Amino acid sequence: MSDTADRVQKIVVEHLGVEADKVTQDASFIDDLGADSLDIVELVMAFEEEFGVEIPDDAAEKIATVGDATKYIEEHKG
Amino acid sequence: MRRVVVTGLGLVTPLGADVETTWSNLIAGKSGIGPITRFDVSDQKAKIAGEVKPADHPWGFDPNKRVDFKVQRQVDPFIVYAIDAAGQAIEDAGLENMTDEEKERAGVSIGSGIGGLPGIESESLVLAEKGPGRVSPHFVHGRLINLTSGQVSIKYGLMGPNHSVVTACSTGAHSIGDAARMIKDGDADVMLAGGAESTINPIGIAGFAQAKALNMSMNDQPEKASRPYDKGRDGFVMGEGAGVIVLEEYEHAKARGAKIYAEVVGYGLSGDAYHVTAPHPEGRGAELAMKMALRKADLQPGDIDYVNAHGTSTMADTIELAAAKRVLGDDLSGASMSSTKSAIGHLLGGAGAVEAIFCVLAIRDQVVPPTLNLDDPDEGTEGVDLVPHHARKREVKAALSNSFGFGGTNASVIFKKVD
Repeated sequence: MSDTADRVQKIVVEHLGVEADKVTQDASFIDDLGADSLDIVELVMAFEEEFGVEIPDDAAEKIATVGDATKYIEEHKG
Repeated sequence: MRRVVVTGLGLVTPLGADVETTWSNLIAGKSGIGPITRFDVSDQKAKIAGEVKPADHPWGFDPNKRVDFKVQRQVDPFIVYAIDAAGQAIEDAGLENMTDEEKERAGVSIGSGIGGLPGIESESLVLAEKGPGRVSPHFVHGRLINLTSGQVSIKYGLMGPNHSVVTACSTGAHSIGDAARMIKDGDADVMLAGGAESTINPIGIAGFAQAKALNMSMNDQPEKASRPYDKGRDGFVMGEGAGVIVLEEYEHAKARGAKIYAEVVGYGLSGDAYHVTAPHPEGRGAELAMKMALRKADLQPGDIDYVNAHGTSTMADTIELAAAKRVLGDDLSGASMSSTKSAIGHLLGGAGAVEAIFCVLAIRDQVVPPTLNLDDPDEGTEGVDLVPHHARKREVKAALSNSFGFGGTNASVIFKKVD
């Protein structure tokens, strides 16, 4: 797992209280990890803080899986 | 007429994370008050409080028992305490497995005096330091007072009336009284009712200290600081926690063979119409509330055996006592009257509910809890049994609980043993 993927997984575990092995790159925040839309807002904020990236609302709306988040961060972090 | 009885109890207090631990510590004369541990108090005038103890304390609170991890992260502590106390009450009443139909007839009435002050404080700092884009999406619904009742109804699937009282330090008493009326009126057969508070945070302590409401002279002797009726009393000590009871229509409770603690027989309400923080100097509002509760209960002054006083350890204690004398007689017609705030501090919006539970337990165990630290009783206390220092066994068939709040809001609730 890449460093980014590792850190994304850690944030998701901390925020949603789910088992780390469930936080695969394919996992959907809503369908697999029990998040609701507000949890995703909070996660996006945490990603922005952790990686120093800005994730605009239209991009955040397209993040459905853990992999989507990892990919966006890797493409945009400084 | 539909009668309303108490069939379940739940407590989170500075003296315990459940009913029996809190009660046995209270009866043993222990104090839950100590130095504030949760934040740096070096620049605060008041440095002591009745904190709910952490999980590793002998009578500490473990939020993981009944509150989901995600909810704990999203909401203020007062809501966490309310959910746990409500869960205890449901388990105690044996109502964990209600049918869908029964859940439609079961509601919630849990309030708070202030609500999510710690979260308002911390998110305001986030706003100031990092800007609006970093404010939590859970900020609003994690701080709102009625999310006590909201979270409890969601967790337990309760679809009856969902109500939440905000009447400062009378909240817990009004919550119970209002819920009892809803059952009497036929709106519900079961109501979870109570109050919760957690404002032991920098701005909560500073705000009450600036209003000159808190004890600030006994920071070095925390267990002695809450001393209702004592000449040396000098302001209240803040507590925190929650109390929730299950109220149930009497025939409903009997039909399912429920354990019945007591009946809610009287509820009185009034306003002081006087001052924002000070009680009316003659206690007229307090008197009206007590009189109304007695009349509703169809009881005579001599029928009341125990009064759990509002008794905050302020100048108001003797005003309440004078009002109680006018209602019950100079010697309170033999009733004992104590302030359990001497042991747990003032739980503000949670106080009326926690103290109602103490009244119910006094009826169950035929014992009255003590007023701690009553070393030098103030003038006007002569001839009244204020239960100084030690709990006492005595007959308790009916008990009255008083709660008075900022804004001049008063409530009295009377519980009676069911024969």
